[in-house]
Amino acid sequence: MLQSTEVFREKPPRIVTPVVQIRAPEPIVSPEETTPCIVASHLSAFFGDTAAVKDVSISIPQKAVTAIIGPSGCGKSTLLRCFNRMHETVPGARVEGSVEILGSSIYGAGTSPIAVRRHVGMVFQRPTPFPTMSIRANVAAGLRVDSRSHAARGATSEIVEEALQRAGLWAEVKDQLDESAMALSGGQQQRLCIARALATRPRVILLDEPTASLDPLSTQKVEELVYDLRKTVTVVIVTHNMQQAARVSDGTAFLLMGELVEFASTSELFTAPKDPRTESYITGRFG
Amino acid sequence: MKTARSRHLASGTMIGLTYLAAILATLPLLLILAHLLRKGASSLSLAFFTHMPVPVGEPGGGMANAIVGTLVLIGIASAIGLPIGIGAGLYLAEKKSTPLAYTVRFLSDVLNGLPSIVIGIFAWEFLVRPIGHFSALAGGVALGSMMIPLVTRTTEEMLLVVPTSLREAALALGYPRWRTSISVVLRTALAGIVTGALVAVARIAGETAPLLFTAFGNQFWSTSLREPIAALPLQIFTYAISPYDEWHRQAWAGALVLISIVLAISLAARLATRSRFGAPVD
Repeated sequence: MLQSTEVFREKPPRIVTPVVQIRAPEPIVSPEETTPCIVASHLSAFFGDTAAVKDVSISIPQKAVTAIIGPSGCGKSTLLRCFNRMHETVPGARVEGSVEILGSSIYGAGTSPIAVRRHVGMVFQRPTPFPTMSIRANVAAGLRVDSRSHAARGATSEIVEEALQRAGLWAEVKDQLDESAMALSGGQQQRLCIARALATRPRVILLDEPTASLDPLSTQKVEELVYDLRKTVTVVIVTHNMQQAARVSDGTAFLLMGELVEFASTSELFTAPKDPRTESYITGRFG
Repeated sequence: MKTARSRHLASGTMIGLTYLAAILATLPLLLILAHLLRKGASSLSLAFFTHMPVPVGEPGGGMANAIVGTLVLIGIASAIGLPIGIGAGLYLAEKKSTPLAYTVRFLSDVLNGLPSIVIGIFAWEFLVRPIGHFSALAGGVALGSMMIPLVTRTTEEMLLVVPTSLREAALALGYPRWRTSISVVLRTALAGIVTGALVAVARIAGETAPLLFTAFGNQFWSTSLREPIAALPLQIFTYAISPYDEWHRQAWAGALVLISIVLAISLAARLATRSRFGAPVD
């Protein structure tokens, strides 16, 4: 699904000095999983009359980490928020074009944004634990609101444990599950939010600069977690930290002024970008 | 050029003045409390809380009916003021910039500034006159109308303090909008809203003017909502303007009890704020 490979066969790639170390040279996507997870076509997102995302078409592969990079204000968060219909919660915001997730159109007639959001988890820049809830209740918050599915009532404690395990937080909080989530550190709160998003077993998880407000050690933990998550879910991570994109992602999309400039495997994008604008950005000439 | 010394002097003077202002700000309450304790404490006894008023010349007696009456009036006022106020506050916070929100915000500020005697006149016009007699209900409605704008604005302010990110987090988990408003936004702001509600209750508990021609006062035991009802502020007023020393003493004791109720409610409000983000709920 990485679009730029054919182009590179025609003319030999020019090697630019990468500014970052690349950790994931080969995407660990197995061949049978190459059907794309998120397919956006001609997607535009507006705030009033201003287009924040302009005519973006992209196929994001399954069970891989895809990073969206670009300078501040380039529309990367807005693009991410189109994938779980959060964009439209802002007054005056609207979306054009289409997005399919695992074959179903999320903007189709009769598709409820609530149903979409239950299958597509999201974690924000700043940790957002619910301050009035315990750690346990925070993780279970998404389960409780959807009483129809999840066989929730009886199995909640197993699901909470599993979600906290997957978020790498279980060992740290297993003895204080009934205490306030506000007592945790910022990094722990962010991993709690990841656990909360994972508890409903979404197929996709969207991370909007999840380490922007964290210290380096917490950042490292979250990054390791993101790296591991690809085994089970499709991850899309927005970051303006290129090193982070290089460390955690299999594919990287570069966005500039609302337009998708280039989408390639992370190793290609950082070593042999085909667009001069990408090259300028990753070599630090702007942004 | 100013020397370091003159700057220190200016700084010291200003700090001293602000200290003085801070002390003066608390002085009226302290003086009132001290005076009430001196004048009223001696007349306070168990009988004051459990006995009915007695005719002039007879020793003893209490204000049991007025204490209960005040509690009944607070109850009616809260039953009217809290649901409407909290509901309106929720609307103002959720639909910040609709024309209706601007109108409601402006009108509740006006209502808040309305002299309480005017609110009493309105309750008289719409409840007392059509029914034909004074009633506890009319008094409660008058007090409730005073509570509505207070509760509306504090609820709105407390809800607006809840960060948008929290609202978004709930929506992103698949919470419907109404569920987000109630189980996340309202729940997070609850401690603040409870505080606001208690402050509003404390504010109306001592109101006299709106009761003068609505609840009217009653020398006898009554808890009927359809009958005139006694209230501490009214009883204090009646006793204070009477020529009898015994009644004056009772008025002081009544004032002490009234101010204690208000203080207790304010303290409860303080405690409610302190436990904010405290006990986790499961």
